[in-house]
Amino acid sequence: MSIIQKSATEQLALLQSGEITSAELTQAYLERINAVDTSVGAFLRVESETALAQAVKIDRKRKAGESLGKLAGLPVAIKDILCTINTPTTCGSRMLENFAPPYNATVVENLLAADAVILGRTNMDEFAMGSSTENSAYHPTYNPWDTSRIPGGSSGGAAACVSADMAPLSVGTDTGGSIRQPAALCGCVGLKPTYGRVSRYGLIAFASSLDQIGPLAKTVEDAALLMEVLAGYDPLDSTSVNIPVPAYSESVGKPLENLTLGVVEHHFGEGIDPEIESAVKQAIAIYESLGASIKNIELPHADYGIATYYIIAPCEASSNLARYDGAHYGYRADQAEVLAELAEDGSDEGPLVRMYRKTRSQGFGAEVQRRIMLGTYALSEGYYDAFYLKAQKVRRLIRKDYDQAFEQVDMIIGPVTANPAFAKGEKASDPMAMYLEDLYTVTANLAGVAGISLPCGFTENGLPIGLQLQAAPFQEEKLLRAAQMFQNATDFHTRRPEIS
Amino acid sequence: MSDAAYDIVIGLEVHVQLKTNTKLFCRCSTEFGNPPNTQTCPVCLGMPGSLPVMNSKAYFLGMKTALALNCRIPNYTKWDRKNYFYPDLPKGYQTSQFDLPMSEEGYLDIKSTKDEFEPRRVRIIRAHLEEDAGKSMHDEAAGRADSRIDLNRTGTPLLEIVSYPDMRSAVEAKAYMQELRLLLTYLDVSDCNMQEGSLRCDANVNLHIPTDDGMIATPIVEIKNMNSFRSVERGITYEAKRQYDVWKETGKVLGELPKQTRGWDDSAQVTRSQREKEESADYRYFPCPDLVPVVVTDEQIEEVRKEIVELPAMLRERLESDFGLTTYTADVIVNQGRGLVDYFLKLAAVSEDNKLAGNWVQGEVLRTLNELEITVDEFNMSPEQLAGLLKLIQSGDLDSSKAKSVFAVMLESGKSAADVVDEMGIEKVDQGELEDLCRQLIERNQRVVDDVKSGNEKAVGALIGQAKKENPNVNPGQVRQICLDIINDM
Repeated sequence: MSIIQKSATEQLALLQSGEITSAELTQAYLERINAVDTSVGAFLRVESETALAQAVKIDRKRKAGESLGKLAGLPVAIKDILCTINTPTTCGSRMLENFAPPYNATVVENLLAADAVILGRTNMDEFAMGSSTENSAYHPTYNPWDTSRIPGGSSGGAAACVSADMAPLSVGTDTGGSIRQPAALCGCVGLKPTYGRVSRYGLIAFASSLDQIGPLAKTVEDAALLMEVLAGYDPLDSTSVNIPVPAYSESVGKPLENLTLGVVEHHFGEGIDPEIESAVKQAIAIYESLGASIKNIELPHADYGIATYYIIAPCEASSNLARYDGAHYGYRADQAEVLAELAEDGSDEGPLVRMYRKTRSQGFGAEVQRRIMLGTYALSEGYYDAFYLKAQKVRRLIRKDYDQAFEQVDMIIGPVTANPAFAKGEKASDPMAMYLEDLYTVTANLAGVAGISLPCGFTENGLPIGLQLQAAPFQEEKLLRAAQMFQNATDFHTRRPEIS
Repeated sequence: MSDAAYDIVIGLEVHVQLKTNTKLFCRCSTEFGNPPNTQTCPVCLGMPGSLPVMNSKAYFLGMKTALALNCRIPNYTKWDRKNYFYPDLPKGYQTSQFDLPMSEEGYLDIKSTKDEFEPRRVRIIRAHLEEDAGKSMHDEAAGRADSRIDLNRTGTPLLEIVSYPDMRSAVEAKAYMQELRLLLTYLDVSDCNMQEGSLRCDANVNLHIPTDDGMIATPIVEIKNMNSFRSVERGITYEAKRQYDVWKETGKVLGELPKQTRGWDDSAQVTRSQREKEESADYRYFPCPDLVPVVVTDEQIEEVRKEIVELPAMLRERLESDFGLTTYTADVIVNQGRGLVDYFLKLAAVSEDNKLAGNWVQGEVLRTLNELEITVDEFNMSPEQLAGLLKLIQSGDLDSSKAKSVFAVMLESGKSAADVVDEMGIEKVDQGELEDLCRQLIERNQRVVDDVKSGNEKAVGALIGQAKKENPNVNPGQVRQICLDIINDM
């Protein structure tokens, strides 16, 4: 087994024992990226020089016996939505093509403090809006298991780079399923933490009340290791919660006793792929064999999840994305073009308004524009009560469903997606079909609870299938331990794709 | 305006910049007057990924002001986003408070000592916190139409105080602004500098015009850009007349035209229509998901209430009832701010005549402060020194015009009143001597005696002049009284 195929936890042990250096490890990943990323397209930018320099620095620190952070020497890929000082951070958009923030996201600070090696920036749907990474303004990302298919999204690059051994660890964001769905479709582990567990400072906002940053990795232990570094209270984020961060990586190996898992029956209703249904049901049986008891539960308002989500998220997005107006930073429509156009159509619209219009029409892709329009409409006078306010009420009911469910069970078990990875272009012209990709994942964001996706099987065509576990707020420790129990009893996480 | 053909109906929206060191949602300085864009950070620049954190000091100052305005403070409030595009608003929305403001339903009492209007209680709908926008500077010279943006001000905490349309004249509106500014100054919550924009006022104005069929209301106009108390008065007066003329010409009443915004042009002394909106603005308010709601307990509210000092209205009343000052004098002293009130209180404590003390503070002291353009803190005559002077006036040793000369010398030399009187050679004239002088003068001026006897007491003034010629130290008041007494006894 080559070094890059090992788990991050194993690599860390080798780094600590001195059997490998961070420079060697980083170099190995850079070579892998060089070899396969032309087929996958997981990265928007690979930062070879700074990565190697950082690796060398950490090796030197280790040699000198200095104290080191929790990820010392481990390469980490970062979704291109997390601000990094003086480094382009594009959010997959043309709008921010030349934008380099003058500050670090808190999680980037955390990674640097943990002595991680930042390998590069991963591809994503523009402004995290999408479920296939086809909405990136730069290039699509392909599923390493079948490069004619999509990797999921919006953290498609983050999942694909782990799955294709281009990074041992990667950081993604999840607003409606953007970590869990690509993790499921690419066969890796992805955790969406409780809202408030990880600071959002420096995460370029899509929908502020739903966005969370989380880890993607090959194994549950690796996800626990990275989560330990990402999580924590941040005075710069008013919505982050001041609760101590458990040592996830230390407790992850301890199995849970008397585990009660809830199954939502209509997760298996109409529309679910039979291969997925059977893999998830087998996973439930495995838990039973490990001593877990299974209980049927109901989330009565879950059916309204997608409708609720596709009101609240676009409403917040329409406001969050208003700042991209060409006035202060980022893309701005060409002045001569704006003036020429105004002169030509003789509109009495002023040059300022036309500059806004043109900047936003040219700088944003179709899906982003669609969601801005949806949100603007839903917040407009006369529609606010019927859409935004109603959606907020349903959101509270969904949260209540979860609260009641977690009085009866420790976790909820079920599928991540209804179907395995679909072909590139298959849903590109059907936004509704694309939105339904989030069917099983959005409710966790609406309720603010934690959710994890882990590999639980493969289709006959060899496409990965994901299993979702959801737990009550701030129960990430238990969630990871339960996931680890399953991983210990199975070998799905050990399979790697052959990239053609 | 009661005799005019209409009533003016005025409601004011006042924006007060709160006196915090840092901005409402970030730690940038709020200092005024620094080079453009030197007081900014990712948060107030609205850069991607940046997040706001509330400045509790601003919330405290807002609560304190609202309580002083007799507002109710709800236990739960939240932040909302007001969405609109403008280059001086880098996030594309203003963080404000919409349906659950931090305070509501208060009032401010106004009255006029010059009887310009009946005392009035102006009710306050709400006072809420929000962030200020930046400044746009448009240079339209030479057709270049360059615009520059300074974001130093962006994110400065503002308290928006919205009144009911309770005012009925421009003078009342001006008085409301002046009283509000005085209150804010006493509370020490704002610099209240209208020129620098730390106190800004928009007025909603329309007319109620009695007609044969009852009463009509003209369309409401919002007037902006009134940067002084005088502009508030003049802007509203102008606008009322304009609305009346327009109504006579067009007959358009409330509801037939969209709400118009007009700017006050101080140099031309007119209001001008600002860019007409095609449709009424829809700000798409919704709760800001980046900020948590604010919960305040009743105990916290009471703690803030304890921080409120004695306010102008209470002080005026105390100066009248406890010190016997006239309404006018109390008003003049209180309106100068707490410093002059304290000076008066100290003076009253060491002198025997409160009224005399009040008159001197309101008169000579205030005139000196204005002339020298100094504050009472910079005034170098202590209340004790001034009390020494007042004592000489009370005892009749000094008449008021001499006292003023003594006051002037005291100011310059820093000496005590007694020393100055000595140096100036002012001597008290012996009572017997004075009576002798008066008798001589009366004997020499039979005509004055006749005039006074026939009821013209003023005629005695001629004797005062002559007495002063004979002896410059005589007290004119005393001369007058003695002469009258003698003549009346004749």
